[in-house]
Amino acid sequence: MLTGSRAAPRLPLSSAIALAACGLSILAAAGCSGAKREGGSDAQTTAIELLNVSYDPTRELYRSINEAFADDYQKKHGTVVSIKQSHAASGSQSRAVIDGLEADVVTLATWPDVEAIAKSGLIQPDWQARFDNQSVPYHSVVVFVVRKGNPKRIADWSDLDRDGISIITPNPKTSGNGKYSFLAAWGSVLASGGSTDDARGFVQRLYRRTPVLDTGARAATATFSQKGIGDVHLTFENEAHLEVEESKGELEIIYPARSIRVDPPVAVVDTNVDRKATRHAAEAYLGFLYSVDGKEIIRRHHYRPWFADQQGPPEGFPAIEMFDVEFVAGSWNDAMKNLFGEGGEFDRIYQPAGN
Amino acid sequence: MHSTMPPSATIPPRSRRPPPSRRAFRTVLPGFGISLAITSLVIVSLVIFPLAVLFLRAASLGPAGFLAAAWTPRARAAYAVSLGASLAAAGMSSLVGLLVAWVLVRLEFPGRRILDALVDVPLALPTAVAGLVYSTLYVEKGWLGQWLVPLGIHGAYSRLGIVLVLVFVSLPFAVRVVQPVIESLDKDTEEAARLLGASRSQTFLRVVLPGILPAVVTGFALALARSLGEYGSVVFISGNMPFKTEIAPVLIVSRLEEFAYAEATAIAVVLLAMSLAMLVVVNVLQQRLVRNSQ
Repeated sequence: MLTGSRAAPRLPLSSAIALAACGLSILAAAGCSGAKREGGSDAQTTAIELLNVSYDPTRELYRSINEAFADDYQKKHGTVVSIKQSHAASGSQSRAVIDGLEADVVTLATWPDVEAIAKSGLIQPDWQARFDNQSVPYHSVVVFVVRKGNPKRIADWSDLDRDGISIITPNPKTSGNGKYSFLAAWGSVLASGGSTDDARGFVQRLYRRTPVLDTGARAATATFSQKGIGDVHLTFENEAHLEVEESKGELEIIYPARSIRVDPPVAVVDTNVDRKATRHAAEAYLGFLYSVDGKEIIRRHHYRPWFADQQGPPEGFPAIEMFDVEFVAGSWNDAMKNLFGEGGEFDRIYQPAGN
Repeated sequence: MHSTMPPSATIPPRSRRPPPSRRAFRTVLPGFGISLAITSLVIVSLVIFPLAVLFLRAASLGPAGFLAAAWTPRARAAYAVSLGASLAAAGMSSLVGLLVAWVLVRLEFPGRRILDALVDVPLALPTAVAGLVYSTLYVEKGWLGQWLVPLGIHGAYSRLGIVLVLVFVSLPFAVRVVQPVIESLDKDTEEAARLLGASRSQTFLRVVLPGILPAVVTGFALALARSLGEYGSVVFISGNMPFKTEIAPVLIVSRLEEFAYAEATAIAVVLLAMSLAMLVVVNVLQQRLVRNSQ
């Protein structure tokens, strides 16, 4: 028995209300992590409905894409299609789809998140060959966000190695954004001719001057911009633009000489679209990301659209030398195991002396 | 039994009857069978079944794999942070909760009902919001942090920060368990104690406290259990630095991100075992208190 000896079994009204509210908030929280759906305002009964399971920062991008695609698809095929969106951390979205969230398409942050769904059998193993550019319709790049006027004069990766520079980046073990930032820092040393040992040393010094390891990208943004912690925030270019716009002149973006190319992959969830008979619309939806209209929307949301005959950066984006995950770690699988896995390079940074 | 009774017994046989048996209960209150069935179904499907799956998943690792996943230096440090912060928070919640409950029951002042309703707010607020607000207040540039940080008090990105949010999320339990017990206290007993010459502190320590202490301990247990599993608020204020402010639930999420389900459940099992062990200790302690107070 866990009740007090004389505890009367009587619940005050106020606490009953609070408990009910608590229950509601738990439901809401479950909704956040599971499927936060939006869009699809007036779906007709004959309409096709697609569920796009995506990650956090693409919310605004896909809201615009969905609207444009629905018009386009109806014009071409006469079918009304409404798209629902689900956003949460990329890794947990991947697990949600594996565990039965009925996504028609997934548009996630990192290759391992889609590959994990493929491994579960819901997506055919050849998914990367289904769409152009290895099924990566747009890129981003890891950049720096600094305080107004760049008081610490941070211009490139080597500046992050100075004493007293404090760096904000989320935990690479729990965040895709954090993984890319780690890979960017590591790769920046390799790309400028450094050895693996040099890269390890640089990254270790960098994370020792990282005072907070938030679990997600948006939490790290809040730590840097709202709470004023740190001198430089490593994040995706598209997120950096949102962060700087939000700050009303208090922050600015710095492009290092070189950084990592971010490749968010997309895939049709084969098992689900075949059962729901939505394959045609689902493939058209992802195909739309490669269309002229789609690319324009992508560009407006500060992602770099992919062009087959690309020379230099897309219009409106500064040039920056890019390397990819394969250059840094061999492959995503190697990166997951050697860098971010249990006992990997990231864990070793925090190993106390003597272990 | 009757045959052993001396014939000269003056006590009427009725009162010597054993306490009502289960059979007697069944005749007095209807629906015993159905309510037991529903209760068992709910407990099994909502508690026992998921826990069984948890243990099965963790057991799939084998003893060596389990230790390798759940007993690393980093995991041990995280358990220590989780347990230490939860104990501190439960202790603070119990003390503050006792005071709040006492004030709400025994004192009449304007706004008492509003204060009473406010006690439950932490239950209704998504805890991530609490974590964000607390950390924003206590960072160096925050409203409170700008005064506290120069004094060396770091309420954000520290163990102190973890304790602060845990007190916030667990306080309602500590208050609400104690409150009805204080309400049911007989004021006449206190007056009698005073009239019989007990001092004010004697009245409180010897007469009032023994009656409410079991409830305080229950509140402590609930606050502790609540704190051990808390994730949402803590990740925003702790800074999640391994070996310093990383709590065990963060490690669980880290392993889930690697799709290492079994390893993640191994850590969860250790956390759960710690939680159960604490609850058993608290229960034993509480039963002693109940016995002493009667």
